[in-house]
Amino acid sequence: MSLKSSVSPNYARRKAVDLIMRGLVLIATGLAIVPLVLIIGYVMIIGGSALNWEFFTDIYQPPMTVSMPNTGPIDPNDPFANLDLGALVGSEPATGQAGAGDEKGADILEAPPRGGVLHGIVGTMLITTVALLIAMPIGIMAGIFLSEFPDNSVATTVRFACDVLSGAPSIIVGVTAYILIVNAKGPDGQPLGFTGIAGSIALTFLMVPTITRTTEEVLKLVPEATREAALAMGATTWYSTFTVVVPTALSGIVTGIMLAFARGAGETAPLIMTVLGSNVLMTNLLEPMAALPLITYRYTESPFPSENTLAWGSAFVLMMLVLLVNILVRIATRNRLRMR
Amino acid sequence: MTTPPAPTKSTIHIRDLKPYYGKRLAVRPVNMTIEPNKITAIIGPSGCGKSTVLRCINRMHETILGARVEGQVLLNGENIYAPDVDPMLVRRKIGMVFQQPIALRTRSIFENVAIGLRLAGINDKRVLAERVEASLRAAVLWDEVKDKLNQPGTALSGGQQQRLSIARTIAVSPEVILFDEPCSALDPIATMKIEDLLLELRKQYTIVIVTHNMQQAARISDNTAVFMVDTDDGVPTGVLVECNPTSKVFTQPDDPRTEDYISGRVG
Repeated sequence: MSLKSSVSPNYARRKAVDLIMRGLVLIATGLAIVPLVLIIGYVMIIGGSALNWEFFTDIYQPPMTVSMPNTGPIDPNDPFANLDLGALVGSEPATGQAGAGDEKGADILEAPPRGGVLHGIVGTMLITTVALLIAMPIGIMAGIFLSEFPDNSVATTVRFACDVLSGAPSIIVGVTAYILIVNAKGPDGQPLGFTGIAGSIALTFLMVPTITRTTEEVLKLVPEATREAALAMGATTWYSTFTVVVPTALSGIVTGIMLAFARGAGETAPLIMTVLGSNVLMTNLLEPMAALPLITYRYTESPFPSENTLAWGSAFVLMMLVLLVNILVRIATRNRLRMR
Repeated sequence: MTTPPAPTKSTIHIRDLKPYYGKRLAVRPVNMTIEPNKITAIIGPSGCGKSTVLRCINRMHETILGARVEGQVLLNGENIYAPDVDPMLVRRKIGMVFQQPIALRTRSIFENVAIGLRLAGINDKRVLAERVEASLRAAVLWDEVKDKLNQPGTALSGGQQQRLSIARTIAVSPEVILFDEPCSALDPIATMKIEDLLLELRKQYTIVIVTHNMQQAARISDNTAVFMVDTDDGVPTGVLVECNPTSKVFTQPDDPRTEDYISGRVG
């Protein structure tokens, strides 16, 4: 009996169902990556075109400069006495006065993009790095606890809390940080106010659950036999965990940290309520600071096209920054991973 | 090279040992003696508690969640289950080699052996090099790996990894070495090498080996303990039916159940 004559009656139907299901899966996969491609493509095309050297080296510049006409000393009793308001709003060109060379009125809508987001890059790096430095030890240690001592009420509670927190809307985290830190009374009786460090702490709330749960999951993947081998040599649980189990799972832990960094760097809501934003370069974590997502948030709705460009550009820079940090950390940990 | 440690004469007496998993008694009370510088084989069908009893001998049983032990295991007369005994110290004197060869993939071949020494606080490079070489030689692995000590442990074959595990265990100078089915993941040639190695190690260490390969027990062991599964009261529980010199177990066993098992009628 040949192969073809052995066909069962439902053969054609089975082939058809297989084909249809494959098609459906393919279509669904395609639909799933459409938003990704759209977002990345859009940001790259519009944001990428905003980039130039100045964009990385300069801070915010207003769309155009309007200088005050020099009208001599201002009289404190009547400050507007000598002021030609018309020259400022550009209704009618003033006649040969100082300031007549400025761009005016509707020109502002055609003003070329200028300024950069150096203050945002610096702010985001500082805030996120400090947040990561706080979140990393807490998250990794908690993850180790959950994986190595899995069955007790503390672990169950922490695991549940982490899951809830990692799904919590970030605006809630922002409000919490606002009440607990920004609005808290300092030693002088005044509220502590908007500060970079408050933003870092808010981001920590969001990072710790991610790091904790990823660390736990990857540590669980390390074969039990590996732990037993260490224990059977007379190692303490601590030694076995830190010299054998953690190095084996290092790449997974690094991935968790990177996820947390990417999430933290892109968060906007908690930062609005904690660091406020700034148009100048601030490096003091005890003052309000700028951050890339805040620049995007603030200037997307600006009426001035040049500021819109700034928003797109900073979105692009944020994306690239996360990517860059990712690649750098992978390179840094690669030597240890090559041992696999 | 340091001289090999002098042969130890470590005897283990197991008294009324009752391993539990939660509330379930895994093996009926075990009483047996493990003689020094001999190979004691533990054989029996699957689920009879061979590995459980073995793991009780160096307190590895209790590392499983919910597992606990009643009774005594005496190492040269000292109860390793006494309340003031640290399991870590027990495990350094009574080493263990597992079924699955364990080469730590994040460490080089050298570090795979040195890890136990570092654990003991030995960090002197020269001492480490000497002890690692001695251990690898004792595990008959030195000639195969001496040129690639810096490669990861996983670069070795399964049989080599198992000898690497043995070298790691030897490195911390235990008195007793427990083997939990060390050859069941290996091919016949690698198995033969391990068996030759066990016969060599017998001169210095007290050895206990769990195996489900009766021929292996017959080939290498001096004494054999036979465990069976007892389902008399409805719950399958392991039970030690016989512990005698291997030649006697395989020719004129005391217990009819042993004969049934060895002749292939059960198990």
